[in-house]
Amino acid sequence: MSAPAPTSSNPTTTSTTSTSSSSPVEPTRRAGGRPILLLGLVAIGWLALYNVIEPLANWLTYSLFGLEHGSRLGESVAFFLYDVPKIILLLGGMIFVITLIRSFFSPEQTRAFLGGKREGVGNVLAASLGVVTPFCSCSAVPLFIGFVESGIPLGVTFSFLVAAPLVNEIALVMLFGLFGWQIALLYMVSGLVIAVLAGIIIGRLKLERYVEDFVWQIHSGKAALDLTKPAWPQCLNMGWQSVKEIVGKVWLYVIVGIAVGAAIHGYVPQSALADIMGKDAWWSVPAAVGLGVPLYSNAAGVMPVVNALMEKGAALGTVLAFMMAVVGLSLPEMIILRRVLKPQLIGIFIAILAAGITLTGYVFNWLL
Amino acid sequence: MLNVKVLGSGCANCKKLEAVVRKVLAAQGLSAEVEKVTDYAEIMKWHILSTPGLVVNDKVVSTGRIPGESELRNWLMP
Repeated sequence: MSAPAPTSSNPTTTSTTSTSSSSPVEPTRRAGGRPILLLGLVAIGWLALYNVIEPLANWLTYSLFGLEHGSRLGESVAFFLYDVPKIILLLGGMIFVITLIRSFFSPEQTRAFLGGKREGVGNVLAASLGVVTPFCSCSAVPLFIGFVESGIPLGVTFSFLVAAPLVNEIALVMLFGLFGWQIALLYMVSGLVIAVLAGIIIGRLKLERYVEDFVWQIHSGKAALDLTKPAWPQCLNMGWQSVKEIVGKVWLYVIVGIAVGAAIHGYVPQSALADIMGKDAWWSVPAAVGLGVPLYSNAAGVMPVVNALMEKGAALGTVLAFMMAVVGLSLPEMIILRRVLKPQLIGIFIAILAAGITLTGYVFNWLL
Repeated sequence: MLNVKVLGSGCANCKKLEAVVRKVLAAQGLSAEVEKVTDYAEIMKWHILSTPGLVVNDKVVSTGRIPGESELRNWLMP
């Protein structure tokens, strides 16, 4: 095998050289220790910042600006000054960690792993792997074709395709930052359940005829790819790149969203929304799902608003349903999938997902 | 002659990958033929599951990510 990069083809040497900065290594690898040191410094800085933002926000609001404790304006300003840096820091830190975890997985490995698994077990595995496998909706088509033609059942493929966007990392981080880990976990688990069930239902319905015909005609064979795994410094770099990319994309939404949330926090009277968005308003869940579908790109900005709404009496199930509809049922992804799925299957796919999300909303409103 | 193919349907990352490849080629003073493969049937012939994919002289070197410049130099330099 004439690998063009023989130095990075051996994962063991790579990891040892990158963790021990003192060992003498060839010049191309010398920078290996630096990223680790830098990473440590960044982590310490991150922690220090994270712990200082709340007192700082309070000091700015009440001492520097001289706003009154408990006043509406004071509450809103303190809320804004604390939440913006908190969410941005959380997003940055966690996206980095998530990218590192994901660098251990690849769609190719996932496909090999799912091959030959029964329905049921296969659906559960596919949904779980959908969460950790790096996936961008623009890859949905090659991934779909690759899965289906290697013999993975349609239903199992769908479990993967539902879970990947539905358990969204940005939403997960924002839920964690704004609502606490319990709700973030609840969101992840219900997303997984929906993905498993949706896949099983689609599998049972035998919808293969609604897959575009050309998909069945592609036979790319199962030739294994011989890829060199990125080395540690590269993984760190990838983590940093995705932090820059995602934070760069959403920071404005976060700020605007938190500003609106802060205004609601300070000015809307307590439980004003209990009537229209509370548990007893049965129609609020489907309405939230209907509203969430076209809002895809604003997931990051919607969250703080939703958080503030919940404080004022909106029910948790309604809020979760809204969130899931925002991230899981995106129009752009449907348009991409239209290349490989006939409209009937797209319709069924959307209907099952929307029904699953709505049901989840009701279950949580009823449970909690 | 060096042949580089960027596999992808035209998503943002595919364009970014192409830009980085061209940048590294220019920085190293290499001349190469850079092709963009956007047709799914063509893309699937390379057995990849995620885009963007990068093919250097008929060998897939990376998929689903944008490699760093140092990695690219490794693959592109003879």
